[in-house]
Amino acid sequence: MMSLPCPHCGPRDETEFGYGGQAGVAYPARPGDLDDRAWAEYLFVRDNPRGWSTERWVHRAGCRQWFVLRRHTVTHEIESPA
Amino acid sequence: MRTSERLPEHPEFLWQDREPRGAYDVVVVGGGGHGLATAYYLARHHGITNVAVLEKGWLAGGNMARNTTIIRSNYLWDESAGIYEHSLRLWEGLEDELETPVLFSQRGVLNLAHSLGDVRESRRRVNANQLNGIDAQWLDAAEVGKLVPILDVTDRPRHRVLGATYQPRAGIAKHDYVAWGFARAAHALGVDIVQNCVVEDFETDGDVVTAIRTSRGRIACGTLALAAAGHSAVLAERLGVRLPVQSHPLQALVSELLEPVLDTVVMSNAVHVYVSQAHKGELVMGAGVDPYVGYGQRGSIHVVEEQMAAAVELFPVFARAHVLRTWAGIVDVTPDASPVVGHLPPYANAFVNCGWGTGGFKATPGLGAVYADTIAHGRPHPLAEPFALDRFRTGRLIDEHGAAAVAH
Ligand SMILES: Cc1cc2nc3c(=O)[nH]c(=O)nc-3n(C[C@H](O)[C@H](O)[C@H](O)COP(=O)(O)OP(=O)(O)OC[C@H]3O[C@@H](n4cnc5c(N)ncnc54)[C@H](O)[C@@H]3O)c2cc1C
Ligand SMILES: [Zn+2]
Repeated sequence: MMSLPCPHCGPRDETEFGYGGQAGVAYPARPGDLDDRAWAEYLFVRDNPRGWSTERWVHRAGCRQWFVLRRHTVTHEIESPA
Repeated sequence: MRTSERLPEHPEFLWQDREPRGAYDVVVVGGGGHGLATAYYLARHHGITNVAVLEKGWLAGGNMARNTTIIRSNYLWDESAGIYEHSLRLWEGLEDELETPVLFSQRGVLNLAHSLGDVRESRRRVNANQLNGIDAQWLDAAEVGKLVPILDVTDRPRHRVLGATYQPRAGIAKHDYVAWGFARAAHALGVDIVQNCVVEDFETDGDVVTAIRTSRGRIACGTLALAAAGHSAVLAERLGVRLPVQSHPLQALVSELLEPVLDTVVMSNAVHVYVSQAHKGELVMGAGVDPYVGYGQRGSIHVVEEQMAAAVELFPVFARAHVLRTWAGIVDVTPDASPVVGHLPPYANAFVNCGWGTGGFKATPGLGAVYADTIAHGRPHPLAEPFALDRFRTGRLIDEHGAAAVAH
């Protein structure tokens, strides 16, 4: 089990968190301008890195805040982003 | 007695590991079940034998020899029924086809229903299956109890069993035998199987993939066929294509060898566990993926603990069994829980097979045949056509979350 650093509560067990996937995927600024290909990219395609991943987690069973951290998808090393 | 006297003879080698040659008509990336079956059917059905299967590690060392071997075809939608039932029919003749034992055992698969919602969804799926000519049945709790006496169908469990879907022709097989069988047969037809050969990059010329750069040198290709399961996205990225897949750890576990107590396969989406008893006697269990993206071939222990808690709730007799081993593979999951099979745009001579997620073992012969046909003719086989990458643009998704989330 991983220990994840909640920025508000400190390190807690993975079981307290929910995974939110790739960070920084913003809702399209001008949705009307998107063609089908761009919509598909927005809805269905996410980074899937073998290596460092910048991703969102929610401290579901704690303060219920969302935050971003960097996790290595092979070694499970964790860094809070600068 | 000296140990050596008691050990059986080392088996004959089933295939020879080849040095890669400089060029092939078709290069298949990934020596799992899908890559090996594809190479076999390319040679067997289409006479295309100038084929290499490149495997970065050892044959079947990815998901192929890590999966829990459940084979069934009772998915919801027509498109899925098409490809999974085609595969199940090929399983039924596979030992003769490959002239190798694969221990395919049609012991049936039960998918339990624990709530009114489950019951409705299950009966709907049974109806859909029957319309597609698939041997699905609905069993009530008493019938389930008769079929699986060690399953607690009383109202004691927190989520009691209300019934189950049952597919008698479903079952299990021995995954390493399946891989070796395809490898042996493909090799005999002239396919080169190259282990310890990491595909690192590709050379392209406009919309044509011209060569593959590997840890063992450059290999020119007429056609490129990806079959890299959990690593598909990493490879496609080298070709400038972003695939709609996320790679997750998927764990499984086995107990010590026990007397036979379970002669069918039981799965429960709601309480999150499935179990069968392997030929040698170990209980084989699994459930859903670990939630995060991971390439480390390991998951978190609490996921395994939750599976076991669910299993003991359903099968009180398992409380005294012990965990012998746990492990994980890396499975590539799509947004609609259905695979991607077909062209890899923008390339004219590249094909992709990925996204089978937690359930591609059962597809091994069917996918192999359909993918080989697609590659040989340069157009999607009719059974593959609905699974084109383009469905994420057109919105024609094939949503199998109900039939594929925890159940593999
Ligand atoms: C724990 C677990 C339980 C499962 N249970 C079931 C089940 O009960 N029923 C079912 O139907 N399915 C099940 N599955 C899913 C099934 O195993 C997969 O869908 C299926 O094996 C995928 O096809 P494959 O055999 O070709 O994959 P793999 O065996 O993973 O083959 C892909 C190969 O590509 C190789 N590769 C990757 N990158 C490169 C590279 N750069 N260069 C060269 N080679 C490369 C890998 O080393 C690997 O050997 C399970 C999976 C797991 C992990
Ligand atoms: Zn917190």
